[in-house]
Amino acid sequence: MSEEENSMSEIENQEQNGGVPDYIMDLEDVPSKLPSHLQVLKTRVICNMDAPQHTDTLQYSGVYAALRVDNSVRLDSFCNNFKVEVKRFTDDDIEFDMIGIDPAIANAFRRILIAEVPTMAIERIYIANNTSLIQDEVLSHRLGLIPIDADPRLFEYPDNAGGENNEKNTIVFKLHVSCKKGHPRITVKSDALKWLPNGSELIADNTKPNADSKAKTFTSFSCSQGSRPEFSKKPPGPYNLDIILAKLGPGQEIELEAHAVKGVGKTHAKWSPVATAWYRMLPEVILMKDVKDDLAEELVSKCPVKVFDIEDIGKGRRKATVVNARACTLCRECIRGGQEWEDRVALRRVKDHFIFTIESTGALPPDVLFTEAVKILEDKCERVITELS
Amino acid sequence: MDKESLTAPVKTAVDKFQLVPEFLKVRGLVKQHLDSFNYFVQTDIKKIVRANDRIQATRYPHIYIRFLDVRIGKPSITMDGSVEDISPQTCRLSDRTYAAPIVVDIEHTQGSPDNLKKEIKRNIIIGKMPIMLRSCCCVLYNRDEAELARLGECPLDPGGYFVIKGTEKVILIQEQLSKNRIIIDTDKKKNITASVTSSTEKIKTKTTILMEKEKMWLELNQFPKKVPLMVVMKAMGMESDQEVVQLIGRDPRYSLLLLPSIEECTKNGVFTQAQALEYLDSKAKRPMFQNTQAEKEGRAFSILRDVFLANVPVHEDNFRPKCIYVAVMIRRIMDAILNEDAMDDKDYVGNKRLELSGQLISLLFEDLFKSMTTDVKMVADKLLDKSDKAKNFDFSRILVSRDNISPGLERTLSTGNFEVKRFRMQKSGVTQVLQRLSFISALGQMTRVQPQFEKSRKVSGPRALQPSQWGMLCPCDTPEGEACGLVKNLALMTHVTTDEEEAPLISLCYSLGVENMEHLSGEELHTPDSFLVVFNGLILGKHRRPRRFATAMRKLRRACLIGEFVSIYVNEKQCCVYLASDGGRVCRPLVIADKGISRVKAYHMKELKDGVCTFRDFLRRGLIEYLDVNEENNAMIALYEEGATLETTHIEIEPFTILGVCAGLIPYPHHNQSPRNTYQCAMGKQAMGNIAYNQLRRMDTLLYLLVYPQRPLLTTKSIELVGYDKLGAGQNATVAVISYSGYDIEDAIVMNKSSLDRGFGRCIVMKRYVAVRQKYQNGTQDRILRPNRAADPGGNMQILDDDGIAAPGEIIKPNDVMVNKQSPIDTQTHGSIANLPDSAYRSSNSTFSKCHGGEVVDRVVLCNDKDSNMCIKLLVRHTRRPELGDKFSSRHGQKGVCGTIVQQEDFPFSEKGICPDLIMNPHGFPSRMTVGKMIELLGGKAGVSCGKFHYGSAFGEASGHADKVETISETLVRHGFNYSGKDFIYSGITGCPLQAYIFMGPIYYQKLKHMVLDKMHARGSGPRTLLTRQPTEGRARNGGLRVGEMERDCLIAYGASMLIFERLMLSSDPYEVQVCRKCGLLGYYNHKLKTGVCSSCKNGDQISTMKLPYACKLLIQELQSMNIVPRLKLANA
Ligand code: SF4
Repeated sequence: MSEEENSMSEIENQEQNGGVPDYIMDLEDVPSKLPSHLQVLKTRVICNMDAPQHTDTLQYSGVYAALRVDNSVRLDSFCNNFKVEVKRFTDDDIEFDMIGIDPAIANAFRRILIAEVPTMAIERIYIANNTSLIQDEVLSHRLGLIPIDADPRLFEYPDNAGGENNEKNTIVFKLHVSCKKGHPRITVKSDALKWLPNGSELIADNTKPNADSKAKTFTSFSCSQGSRPEFSKKPPGPYNLDIILAKLGPGQEIELEAHAVKGVGKTHAKWSPVATAWYRMLPEVILMKDVKDDLAEELVSKCPVKVFDIEDIGKGRRKATVVNARACTLCRECIRGGQEWEDRVALRRVKDHFIFTIESTGALPPDVLFTEAVKILEDKCERVITELS
Repeated sequence: MDKESLTAPVKTAVDKFQLVPEFLKVRGLVKQHLDSFNYFVQTDIKKIVRANDRIQATRYPHIYIRFLDVRIGKPSITMDGSVEDISPQTCRLSDRTYAAPIVVDIEHTQGSPDNLKKEIKRNIIIGKMPIMLRSCCCVLYNRDEAELARLGECPLDPGGYFVIKGTEKVILIQEQLSKNRIIIDTDKKKNITASVTSSTEKIKTKTTILMEKEKMWLELNQFPKKVPLMVVMKAMGMESDQEVVQLIGRDPRYSLLLLPSIEECTKNGVFTQAQALEYLDSKAKRPMFQNTQAEKEGRAFSILRDVFLANVPVHEDNFRPKCIYVAVMIRRIMDAILNEDAMDDKDYVGNKRLELSGQLISLLFEDLFKSMTTDVKMVADKLLDKSDKAKNFDFSRILVSRDNISPGLERTLSTGNFEVKRFRMQKSGVTQVLQRLSFISALGQMTRVQPQFEKSRKVSGPRALQPSQWGMLCPCDTPEGEACGLVKNLALMTHVTTDEEEAPLISLCYSLGVENMEHLSGEELHTPDSFLVVFNGLILGKHRRPRRFATAMRKLRRACLIGEFVSIYVNEKQCCVYLASDGGRVCRPLVIADKGISRVKAYHMKELKDGVCTFRDFLRRGLIEYLDVNEENNAMIALYEEGATLETTHIEIEPFTILGVCAGLIPYPHHNQSPRNTYQCAMGKQAMGNIAYNQLRRMDTLLYLLVYPQRPLLTTKSIELVGYDKLGAGQNATVAVISYSGYDIEDAIVMNKSSLDRGFGRCIVMKRYVAVRQKYQNGTQDRILRPNRAADPGGNMQILDDDGIAAPGEIIKPNDVMVNKQSPIDTQTHGSIANLPDSAYRSSNSTFSKCHGGEVVDRVVLCNDKDSNMCIKLLVRHTRRPELGDKFSSRHGQKGVCGTIVQQEDFPFSEKGICPDLIMNPHGFPSRMTVGKMIELLGGKAGVSCGKFHYGSAFGEASGHADKVETISETLVRHGFNYSGKDFIYSGITGCPLQAYIFMGPIYYQKLKHMVLDKMHARGSGPRTLLTRQPTEGRARNGGLRVGEMERDCLIAYGASMLIFERLMLSSDPYEVQVCRKCGLLGYYNHKLKTGVCSSCKNGDQISTMKLPYACKLLIQELQSMNIVPRLKLANA
């Protein structure tokens, strides 16, 4: 998961030293570090009772010039300090820590994940018959929102083919369910969608069937998708098989064809590969004073997520300690109850430590999604550089 | 310690909430309508027929027809001679009237006048009565859910309306001043008056007694000028002044006030009854046509007997009851003069009666029935005069052939113009089309109370909230604007009474010790400590121990020996006991308490819960009783059992029942600023959602549905009682209260595009189009052709099916044909109609002209209309996603339009990854003070995190029907949220945390029916009005956008003269005119000579051509037509 930040290397050339001659920096009485109170403000969000403070990061390299501290981003320090630690990794979601990065870039990944990583989603529905209760548009809308388990990297965007629907840009599914007369009602779930590797089977009716060739359908596949090795192993289909699409009463029938194409979440949320992707800054809970005995008990009981614990310091005395700051949800319970509590506990957020969570909808595993996002950001940077040069 | 408190029984707070659903179960939400209609159908109609049961021929009185019985049959329809049962749903779909036959049994004579046979015929249909849905005559009566579903009916639909020609019509509840009661008031000149609006079966009159210039006068329609009251008293046989004074009471103050009137009487020289009658005769209005009988007795006498205080019956010309009645009126006027407090309040709900559909229909039916009998009589007389017809005369045959009842009823119900000629009664707007915009709008309409006053009056009195409305009429639900405070809505537990038999109650009163006033002298009538007993406005007599009498009556009522809605009210100030059993009083159930101890105990409630007993049993066992507004004055009602004292006689069942149906939807209404609740009551009716379970089987002209409606996360008890949780009209949106992007000023909301993509606020608009295959008088008819799709130049035949009608499921393009119809060119001349050639037809396609794109044909229904033409109804469906400018509102009167739609990645997100669906500007809160909305957000947030619905019933915190903010906050904290609901939020744009904690959580949002798509409008050039040639006005006519007066002022101030010229003339109505420079009049352009000619100078010498707005030219000519000659003087510029 430790993806190298290639894009950052481009900045290297423009790196300046903040205009400070090197020898000055080597002098002894020049502070090379910020004083601690400023350091806190620089690296932490202070979450007070009334409002969070110092939430933004200072971008300008010369903000601390008066203190002779260089605030510029240095690639080598970034490379040395940047870390990714995966905390939880399942089929559907991933939680990892991204340490040593600016919120703007973390946010860029989040935004790209939501809006710009492509997936396949059903875009066109050809309804041959729908006698069910659900309206055509609503059914189509529901179908569109089904996550399709097909690797979008194997497909092209539809406009690349000049409007033609071929095997490279379209996956065709068929849905044909009916409820026989006299039978109880049935529920149509997403598992009823059947993949058609040879493309559409419906005849486009505004074209006259030529005598020689086959009748024209809504797609023009030159070969079956089933022959592609990726698909023979795992045929494309809905990721979740239990999404309710419609309910059919006796004698009702739905027959339709659904064409999935590649797209991005910016156009429509159905193409978004993530249920959601977000991050939070690493919580930091600091006891400013020793909290002892009954107060310690009180503090421990205050926190709903058990951030604090009690430590025996001998002689029957107890002291509160912070054991699980990461779990803090910033509910501010521990500092509720007057100024004295606010003085005892300091709630902070580390500005360059992101607990990033990606919940995939299923088209791609969450880790792949992130690498995809990185690639997209890389592309963007490259585009900017080529535009500039 | 005082002994009494020790021996007092223990108070236990019992949760009486369960009574409300039980009450609504037996009563339904619109019981007042159903009860009133049932009363009419079961009792009143029989009374009416019994009162007019005999029709006899004028010349042969022994030839007659007599009605023995009348019944309402099963709803059915007669089609081609066969009778078919119908259900309301079939009526709705096929534009028929849901009516049942009125069946009578008759006894009549048959044969020639000399040889008569009596005969009894049964089951004769004399007309059809529209049937109220769910009334006792309706097929839906007492059906369970499955049976209702089979009939195509929604189980949650309350009924209480009619289906007339396929449209659902409600007879609104009409509010009136109570009849037959003395009302003390002041008139315009600040004179104190006592008026009685008498209403009997025969006549409706208004009698007013007033005190003007220290004298008493009588005002009556029959006397053109007011007449002295003392003369009237004399005319009624009160010749002795002393007797009058005694009747009024011997208090010297009364006599003093009366003296001028008595003197006036003497001055007029009236001393005896005969003199008085003579005097009054001279004052009476000349009748239009001479009535011999009245002439004999003297007009004044008959007026006094029949018109004056018509509600007081006169038996055998005994005027004493009337004298006593007048005396009481005078006494009350004098009380009012001596003491301002004795004035009656017209707006007091106890002085109001609500007239319901049953009463209105009964009035109408009576009128129609009477006119039918006279009609039958006339025809019979005519027939009997012709001797040959008289031979075999069958009365019943005429009866069957005359049917004016069904069209009369149907017309009145469908137009709402209510007319009863006998009483010269004319009302319009009595019925309304049932609004099916949302479930709540339909329910709200059923509980609406329409006022009788004209709405334009600029008085605040009737509009103000009356304390007596408590518990009866909803304090929130009233429209804004002109009808504010006049149109009211019933509260949840209100019941409106129906008439009850009077005679047994009256005799009961006498046997309980009421002394008949006939046997009392005037002196005895007003002895202190004895109270007058007044029953339905009629003075029965007096009682020496009124409180005991009242208690006895109440005991009887609680034991269910007399009707549960009889009200007994002791008025200490007026020394009267008022009993009422008349219809139209509002009342509500209350728990009876003895010395502050509720009679309803926990075990009662348990029995109720277990279904062992019902609400009725509670009434029967005397645990609960109905009190009307007057009797409430005698009761001490505690809100909760805890607050009860020793004096407490009653305890409220649940405080939230003071609100009506619409206000019941609001969570925590008691935390909101009051007008906000009123706004929501109006807006809840415009919210889209579900309408009924059968909504997709209906063919309404316009239907708004939400694609994914939800039930509110924060519910109230009323919501569950009403069924709003099953037919919701809104969605739970996660709302963040931030100002964001500047597109959220003025209450606009910012919406998340991804939420919209996923279906938030998506709605379906269904519109009905109708095409009729007309039959013409010459026998020809329209034909519907199979479309020729190949030869279709415009390409607008593509959606047609082979039957020539648009196929369901097809997507409509503008100008698509919906029915490929052709009409015969010749529809007048008769001739061979069998095989008309194609050339004899012209195309008369109906097309979808106004079309937004994306509309789909949803359903096609064929049915026969009343002229048995084939009717093709198409339902066109349009699914819309919210767009910029669509209107949304929360349940707290906070409406706003969608200001902008923002991508999800730009939206802020919380620590838990939650991204709001919409953003609301915090400036919406301070001035609106809708604290309820904030609590709703908290409760909703707690609800989603702990997985249970929270409640926010009105005033529910004390009884546990609303969750307290503290408990909600505790739940929030337990689930890791901040206790005040404010989250730590990251900006979606910069990625940094926001510098404030953000109030975020779910709020139930309603999408209102106002959508941009239906409203947006702009045009370049387009249609113009015929007369002025200026652009038309309004969107419906594709009108122009007006540069109005103020816009013009701006342009003048700016000096943009050419722009004004262009806007007001070139873009509007430029017109070239020929002006004669000599006479200054307008000429015309002669196209042959190619010159302008002045028609007054008769030549074209000095003609100039100029441009004018056509409207100006029109003005000049119109002035000329009125003999005003405007002349144009031209000069070189
Ligand atoms: S803010 Fe809340 S979660 Fe965080 S430490 Fe304090 S009490 Fe615990």
